[in-house]
Amino acid sequence: MKRRRSILTMKWRKYLTGFMFVSPFVVGFICFFMYPFVQSIIFSFNQLELTPTGYVLHYVGLDNYHNLLFVHPSFRIAFTETLVQMLSRVPAVLIFSFFAANMLNQRFRGRTIARVVFFLPVIMGAQAVLALQSQDYMQKAMSYSKIGAELGMFSGSELRNYLMQLQLPDGLLAYVFGAADSVPQIINSSGIPILIMLAALQSIPSSVFEAASIEGATKWECFWKITFPMILPMIMASVVYTIVESFTSPYNKLVNLIKSTAWQGQGFGVSAAMSWFYFITIAIVLAAVMGVMAKSSHSRS
Amino acid sequence: MRKHLRLSKVLAGSGSLFRTVMIVGIGFVILYPLLVQISSAFMAPADLNDPTVHWIPKHTTLENFQKAVDALKYGRAFRNTLLLSLTVSVVQLVSCTFVGYGFARYHFPGKRLLMGLVILTLIVPPQMIMVPLFLNFRFFNPLGLLGNGVNLLGSFWPYLMMGITGTGVKNALFIYITRQYFAGMSESLEEAAYIDGAGSIRTFFQVMVPNAVPVLVVVFLFSFVWIWNDMFYAQMFLTGTANLALGIADLPILTRYLYGDHERNTLIHNAATLLYIAPMLLVYAFLQRFFIESVEKTGLVG
Repeated sequence: MKRRRSILTMKWRKYLTGFMFVSPFVVGFICFFMYPFVQSIIFSFNQLELTPTGYVLHYVGLDNYHNLLFVHPSFRIAFTETLVQMLSRVPAVLIFSFFAANMLNQRFRGRTIARVVFFLPVIMGAQAVLALQSQDYMQKAMSYSKIGAELGMFSGSELRNYLMQLQLPDGLLAYVFGAADSVPQIINSSGIPILIMLAALQSIPSSVFEAASIEGATKWECFWKITFPMILPMIMASVVYTIVESFTSPYNKLVNLIKSTAWQGQGFGVSAAMSWFYFITIAIVLAAVMGVMAKSSHSRS
Repeated sequence: MRKHLRLSKVLAGSGSLFRTVMIVGIGFVILYPLLVQISSAFMAPADLNDPTVHWIPKHTTLENFQKAVDALKYGRAFRNTLLLSLTVSVVQLVSCTFVGYGFARYHFPGKRLLMGLVILTLIVPPQMIMVPLFLNFRFFNPLGLLGNGVNLLGSFWPYLMMGITGTGVKNALFIYITRQYFAGMSESLEEAAYIDGAGSIRTFFQVMVPNAVPVLVVVFLFSFVWIWNDMFYAQMFLTGTANLALGIADLPILTRYLYGDHERNTLIHNAATLLYIAPMLLVYAFLQRFFIESVEKTGLVG
């Protein structure tokens, strides 16, 4: 009887020690995540008035949501644009990083230098700099000077003029130019996904490939039957990372609108409503993507 | 047979040619803006409209850098940003080492749920809680103990408080990384320490932390770079103080106000950008090994 009790206390002591180690996060989660999270829900149903010593809430029900959906002049446009841009950019970033990770995983001369250059955007990708560049670029694109032509690598070039003369449908041309113009942005946001996928590629033991090639599998078959399924979980992680990262991108019009609404526009309530509307949409997109991917990886195995 | 061999050689050759072309091309796209910035930062405005000037400026000048230093208040902003990045990344490092170790080695009720919450803080964008966080730190008043509340904006306190509790800039990611690393370490190390009579705290500090130095370096470097580059939290907590990210963000308005003329402003912007990213480029040049091998070292996967 006595022995059993001492085992129990030992177990509880371990529980307590473990809990002590993670307790900073528990405190932080409650104070700096859950509390503001709940507050932002409340704010979205209120009008917020700042006073010298704090703020006062005036309950307005669903007015904020009604405002942004039916009254606000630019929310709907920014919302659809951002969503379309995200849905078109995320696959591009993923395909590019998958491709680049496979390339960087091969052995060739100068691989170290190639890796150094490919990860440079992670170091240089300061939001402030990207915002500054895109502003300068917009200005130059309008005022046709030399730096402008250089900054927009694919704009104002011979190739563009040539394509214009081919009399292709306008929609197609616009899509091609849009894709070409966003190439630098796609490459810039691929740093971390490349890192994740490269790590996944390197974690596949080479013995698997040896066994497969002894059994007579071609490289193509190896790629789709071994490499791809094995790094699928990490591709999924990259999907989540890329979508979440698009939130903080300085190119994200909607997030900029949410920010400017909070500080300069209609106030914190409408801004909170906007961010909740956006967040729920993103959560649905994420859930759908993860559901599809989980299903496809399930049917594969 | 011989023909077959030659064919496969040609195929392999064209494959590597394709790879070289792709890598050089992508590398060019990445490096191009940096090269343009470097070359034009030394240009005098006269060179901008001179069609014979390519890359190498005819009238080399440091004027752009002087103007950028003035506009950014570079000396003070640099010191502040460096101090911020250093202290906050150290604090974040401490908290995520503790929390990551707890998650990796101890079992307690609700652990899986808590780890899920760590991932949740990673997935929910900080923009969601931007306004409440701002207001809570503007009128900081835990449990109503501080009367009318204290304004903590403009100080490092919001960063430090969020950092020490594992909810700072990308902190959840670092918790995840350290957890993976500790989980991959052999348990015999700790068992030996326990048998020798060390308690759990002492084992952690004297046995586990020294053995985790590689991952701690990686976490420190990434968090240093991310805080240096961050504009979102800086705009929320540090508005009105001298800070490099904020200086860069306000630069277009300032230069338009001061000089009006657009073309010269681009040159100043480029010089300012270089001044801002140069320290990170230096860090990267010397420590790129840590960044690139980080994932292999930390066992982020698996």
